Amino acid sequence: MTAPSASTAPSFAPRDNYLTADYSWRSWLLTVDHKRIGILYLLSVTGFFFLGGLFAVLLRLELATPQGDLVQAETYNKLFTMHGLVMIFFFLVPSIPGVLGNFFVPIMIGAKDMAFPRLNLLSWYVYMIGGLVSFLAIITGGVDTGWTFYAPYSSTYANSNVALTAVGVFITGFSSILTGLNIIVTVHKMRAPGMTWFRMPLFVWAHYATSVIMVLGTPVLAITILLLALERLFHIGIFDPKLGGDPVLFQHLFWFYSHPAVYIMILPAMGVISELVAAFSRKRIFGYSFVAFSSLAIAVLGFLVWGHHMFLSGQSVYAGVVFSVLSFLVAIPSAVKVFNWSATLYKGSVQLSTPMMYVIGFLGLFTIGGLTGLFLACLGLDVHVHDTYFVVAHFHYIMVGGAVMAFLGGIHYWWPKMFGKMYPEGLGKVSAVVIFIGFNLTFFPQFLLGYLGMPRRYHAYPEEFGVLNVLSSAGASILGIGYLLPMAYLLWSLRYGAEAEQNPWGAKGLEWEKAPTPPPTFNFDATPVVTQEAYAYADDLPPEESRTQARLV
Amino acid sequence: MSDSYGGHGALAHHFEDLEQQREAHTLGMWAFLVTEILFFGGLFAAYVVYRSAYPEAFANASNQLDPVLGGINTAVLIGSSFTMVLAVHAAQQRRKWAIFGWLWATIVLGTAFLGVKYVEYHHKWEHHLIPGPNFLFEGQPGGSEQLFFALYFSMTGLHAFHMVIGAGILVWLSVLALKGRFDEPGRNAVEMTGLYWHFVDLVWIFLFPLLYLLGRHQ
Amino acid sequence: MSPLSGFFALAVQTYPGSGNAPLFPPSASTISGEVDALYWFLIGVSVFFSALICALVIGFSVRFRRRPGVHATPIEGSMALELLWTVVPLGIAMVIFIWGAKVYFRTVKVPSNAMQIDITGKQWMWKAQHPTGQREINDLHVPVGVPIKLRMISEDVIHSYFIPAFRIKRDVVPGRYSSAWFEATEPGEYHLFCAEYCGTKHSQMIGRVYALDPVEYQRWLSGTVAGETPKQAGEKLFASLRCDTCHNAQSGARGPDLAGLWGSEVELRSGGSVRFDADYVRESILNPAAKIVKGYEPLMPSYSGQVSEEQMLALIAYLESLSAPQGAKDRP
Repeated sequence: MTAPSASTAPSFAPRDNYLTADYSWRSWLLTVDHKRIGILYLLSVTGFFFLGGLFAVLLRLELATPQGDLVQAETYNKLFTMHGLVMIFFFLVPSIPGVLGNFFVPIMIGAKDMAFPRLNLLSWYVYMIGGLVSFLAIITGGVDTGWTFYAPYSSTYANSNVALTAVGVFITGFSSILTGLNIIVTVHKMRAPGMTWFRMPLFVWAHYATSVIMVLGTPVLAITILLLALERLFHIGIFDPKLGGDPVLFQHLFWFYSHPAVYIMILPAMGVISELVAAFSRKRIFGYSFVAFSSLAIAVLGFLVWGHHMFLSGQSVYAGVVFSVLSFLVAIPSAVKVFNWSATLYKGSVQLSTPMMYVIGFLGLFTIGGLTGLFLACLGLDVHVHDTYFVVAHFHYIMVGGAVMAFLGGIHYWWPKMFGKMYPEGLGKVSAVVIFIGFNLTFFPQFLLGYLGMPRRYHAYPEEFGVLNVLSSAGASILGIGYLLPMAYLLWSLRYGAEAEQNPWGAKGLEWEKAPTPPPTFNFDATPVVTQEAYAYADDLPPEESRTQARLV
Repeated sequence: MSDSYGGHGALAHHFEDLEQQREAHTLGMWAFLVTEILFFGGLFAAYVVYRSAYPEAFANASNQLDPVLGGINTAVLIGSSFTMVLAVHAAQQRRKWAIFGWLWATIVLGTAFLGVKYVEYHHKWEHHLIPGPNFLFEGQPGGSEQLFFALYFSMTGLHAFHMVIGAGILVWLSVLALKGRFDEPGRNAVEMTGLYWHFVDLVWIFLFPLLYLLGRHQ
Repeated sequence: MSPLSGFFALAVQTYPGSGNAPLFPPSASTISGEVDALYWFLIGVSVFFSALICALVIGFSVRFRRRPGVHATPIEGSMALELLWTVVPLGIAMVIFIWGAKVYFRTVKVPSNAMQIDITGKQWMWKAQHPTGQREINDLHVPVGVPIKLRMISEDVIHSYFIPAFRIKRDVVPGRYSSAWFEATEPGEYHLFCAEYCGTKHSQMIGRVYALDPVEYQRWLSGTVAGETPKQAGEKLFASLRCDTCHNAQSGARGPDLAGLWGSEVELRSGGSVRFDADYVRESILNPAAKIVKGYEPLMPSYSGQVSEEQMLALIAYLESLSAPQGAKDRP
């Protein structure tokens, strides 16, 4: 296979693109263009990220001293609840699929748009309405149940805006379901000629697996939240022990979605990492089909482990054993991915640009986060560390050290494609380092705090936990600054950044090779016909070097 | 279906051909129905858990429901699925008045179902069987019978909500039929709605025995 | 506790961060050493693999950094490597799983000679009821070297009883009893935390656990005012609530005779059976129609609202003590 010749290469002369096609408010708010919808999501998730971050800053400020002296207990409880709700439902779940997935899944498979463009816009509006309802709940008093809404506290005892928040989350869930439906049908039905399943970029595989989870899991959250709202408003008794209701049933129903939800949050991030590793080592991902299938394995196994959140809640010992062994099994596909990404770097041509720095950060932090998951899956240990800061550290390593890093890496990588502008590389690298340092300083001490016994969701704590908490809060301030930097220079680049070339990274993939930078409204001038495998960097090599090696040398 | 993509007529611009469009819509509807299974599934799971914990209370509570009314409703819904099939068939054959007629037959049967449901709900209201602070079972407040009724109202209520949405879509389809919308997407819309309607019917087929026929054999 | 984990605990506790800023919790129960050993093994595994990945990733990124004229070598994959890095982590994971399950089984299998203390949690305090009649709020005095079983229930929302020094924790749930056990090994004063978010003063639902050597414990027992023992209180309640009008040994009694039933399987009217344990007794008092014994009618009125959780535990203690002539049954 040779590189496309000049006569078949698309013309990339500057011209109208999806951004310049129409400047009116109407054309943005009523767009059905998946790329514009991706930008709408970018604006929303950024807003929610900083809102959730504000709550985090406040609660870390409170935790800098052992006494509860900054805010009242009830306020603190609202802060951690709203931090969790906003970050999970309004940032982590929609961010990569809504922004990068929407923008790039169709282009990567050679399609003109998603299968259901109007449904795509509806997804965004549903998300915004749910977000607005929840925001309303926040500003009219807040909610203090923890993002997990455990009954009977949430259903009977809490004195905060539980029902309103539940309605907001309920509505937003449908956004997830619609996005998932759209991606599944798009991947099945909209691939360009020659784009077989195993020629698809791993980013698409990851989003497909994510969509399966979204579609199967989110409805269960919806019904659970609906029951909670009914219980709260009409006291129907379904989780009320006085009527024979079972609060632990709430936990089962809640975690049946919320565990797979964490895979909704990390799988797209893994998809981003695959793209970045390939592009910045100029190599096909090592073990492509293993990485592809591991996404599916995570999606399936992820539905079988929810009980590991409930080892101590009163479920039977045998149920605990089953959930424990399955939780260990679900770790394996993630490990397989990390090893395959690492092996890709071997004998690659590695460039440590800003996106790649986020990748390196991801690989280290996700590994640590994933390994600490083993501590929690282990029954004997979980007895001690359940509901302590160990859990908090574990999931922040995965979600912030993993998913947020991947999101930032992806944003930087595809920024030139989306906006036709380059960001300042020096600042990019500095910010990545600041974020990495700030992150570790914030969350590593929390592992120690957890094993020491500091429980979660504590407004005040014993003096002896003070030093570690101060370190954590100090780290949070650095992390906050780290996040503000990209916000600033990325915005700056939209106006003052250098014009991006067609393919600044020299990367493979339809979005770089066949779609202009930025793309026109319908992505391609003509439907691409795919003849190459994914990540076909070998095709550019001189013949004597392109002999592919099936085994590691 | 419309021109918002900049396409004209039956084929939306982002699709290559009508077949791809139809396949996409069909897969989309099936995938959506899978999400509906999971949506109702949570309620069915809660039902299974509570029924196995409180078999006697559930059987007693179920005896408060009228299986004759439930049976009538089951027949009505099955009938409406049949008329829906006939509407789909008529759509394939582009027979305007047949489509219109069979769609409205389905709507009427669906409305009859909802009417019977109203009668049943009203009966529960009169007998203090609505879960909440005013719930009384055989004169006594509290007890696990309330759990049965919480599930009864949630499950049949959610089902009825889906029927109302379905009836609304059917009305809209009948208007499209009147306008002579017989192109490929128009015909496909009737078929997709048929899938949805059959699904809602199927949910009732599961609800009826679980809610109405518990403990009847004793 | 094994010498190795004891050494680690000592090393970490005396250098840096001892006293005012510990980095490791005290190890004060028969199970804490086992949990710590598991922990250190996992730390070892984690450090190894984190270091490995970091070394590989950074090493490869530097060694194979982009240089003009040097191309990446196309390598598709390697079945051998895929097998290696699937099977080895799987093996390690299974070792951790089995070891963890074993430790966990030890935490749920209560020794038969355990002394039972009843714990009630409510927003935002812990109430402990000793079998000898002493009651405590937020604190718990226990003797060292004696296995202690906690029977726990919540009066309102879900709480969790957590003693980090003993490495035990268990959710305390409304509507059903949960239990945990421990045996303290080191006299001392240890934290008690509520570990399940329960509302406004969740972080103030804390207390102290005092593990006392036998002499000190006796001193505490005799020095603390003892009310009725749960068994005594339960016996009185059984009479004052007129339970004995139906539940007696006379023929034609309206309710089954409860003596000696503790721990046995009871046949139900609706078919099936249930274990005569604390949960069943509690349910029958609050919702008698739920599970009727075979051969009896649903006549028992509900005592919902008339019996507090503490009174419930007293009644249960009383019924538990009514053993049949042939000897004590297993405790649930």
